[in-house]
Amino acid sequence: MTTTTALTVAAWPGIQPRLLRHGDEAYAEYRKQGGYHPLDDADHLLGEVDLSGLLGRGGAAFPLAVKLRAVRDNGRRCGGAVVVANGEEGEPASIKDRWLLRHRPHLVLDGLRLAAQIVEAERAHVYVSDSHAADVVETALADLDAATLAGLSVSVVTVAPGYVAGEETAAVRVLNGGPAKPTDKPPRPFEQGVAGMSTLVSNVETLANLPFLQRHGSATFRAHGTSASPGTFLATITGAERPPALYELPHGVAFTDLLSLHGVPTDRVRGVLMGGYFAGLVNRDMLDATLDHESVRRLGSALGCGAIAILTDDCPVAVAASVMAYYDRENAGQCGSCFNGTAAMSAVTEALRDGVATQDDLARLERWSVVLRGRGACATLDGATNLAASLLIQFPQLVARHLQNGCETCHAGAFSAVRPYEVEAVMTA
Amino acid sequence: MRIKLDRTMCDGFGACARHAPEYFSLDDWGYASLEGNGAIPEQDRDAVMRALLDCPVHAIIELSDSPTAAPQDARS
Repeated sequence: MTTTTALTVAAWPGIQPRLLRHGDEAYAEYRKQGGYHPLDDADHLLGEVDLSGLLGRGGAAFPLAVKLRAVRDNGRRCGGAVVVANGEEGEPASIKDRWLLRHRPHLVLDGLRLAAQIVEAERAHVYVSDSHAADVVETALADLDAATLAGLSVSVVTVAPGYVAGEETAAVRVLNGGPAKPTDKPPRPFEQGVAGMSTLVSNVETLANLPFLQRHGSATFRAHGTSASPGTFLATITGAERPPALYELPHGVAFTDLLSLHGVPTDRVRGVLMGGYFAGLVNRDMLDATLDHESVRRLGSALGCGAIAILTDDCPVAVAASVMAYYDRENAGQCGSCFNGTAAMSAVTEALRDGVATQDDLARLERWSVVLRGRGACATLDGATNLAASLLIQFPQLVARHLQNGCETCHAGAFSAVRPYEVEAVMTA
Repeated sequence: MRIKLDRTMCDGFGACARHAPEYFSLDDWGYASLEGNGAIPEQDRDAVMRALLDCPVHAIIELSDSPTAAPQDARS
């Protein structure tokens, strides 16, 4: 039986949270605190976004200012721009986007309206799969008049949830009347997106940083974080036999400090699963890392969407097998390299977990983890190759032990989950 | 000439890799990916055109010159 607990929601000790808050946000209160302040100079705000160094929070960490400028310029040349707030959080181990939409809809809508003014869009969409979030955003929109939104027309679009549904071209495809599956590139949405127009698809947490930037400017924004990873970010922490938590952290805090905040003794940590599932596994080297893009990248991984699953009792090989099986099931079923590659890599990781894989199987897995990279229309196959490569590189001794069928943890009952470290399976957000 | 390969359409017939192997690589299951950025120099145009016309599922598409500019990431 699954026990349902409440999600722990907390800001890093000593910081004034920018994204988290207690209780649900009401329109009057948000407005009173300076929200929806009219934007007089969109170019000035774009300049501040540039100086702030704000990176996208959906996983790719692309500089928002670069994307905004490209969409605005292409829109001017080719018939206008559209903005999409992407709240379709496909990573099961992440909860931050749903939390923001459910509890701070006005912060997200305020950011959406600012982004639309920067790229000169008249039309915006809030793209979600979570029906609770959709209801909250619809209610919030009913509070707003045309003047508050500076004439922007906003609609809420709900899709069936799926790992690939949150990919930016899948969002565009849905808004153009198609299925929630990615398309091959080019074109990318900034070139040709919703209704053929230049389209900004931006993660809701990224957008939620814009009202702060409008109010306080880039220098204050940079008061937290590192020079290459400025500001705070939302981290979904799961695993370690603890209830999941959503923390707002300044980029650059030590991972070990996060462990003490979360109540996890460092000696119990075997490794982590990073970036939701996308950035693969990291061994105990993670204990020396700080939580910013540059530090995690040096470990061959990525901060991604800020979801970190901490492995204590769970065997990393068995975790990899469950996540690979998830990729095998949840890929879009469109690209041959992906549906064949994830099925093949899933078969080997499961055989490895069960102690029946051969040296030849392992050699194939190693080769696929290299040659299949970049062979899908979206990044799902890259996530699967990240997982395979990181398992082999980060846990060579453990892999060798599984080849000899010598893992006592797996013998005692291997870790197995349809959606490993899924937040909503154990809590109410 | 500029082309793209739509991998969501590719069904793994492999005709492209027979006609223009330096532009189309096949995975273990015979599915193609495009090598390079899709720009085809004049001397390779015929071979790539043969691949394009021979693809049973029309997964290879000739692109017109794009009027849009790509965003440049200042960090890269």
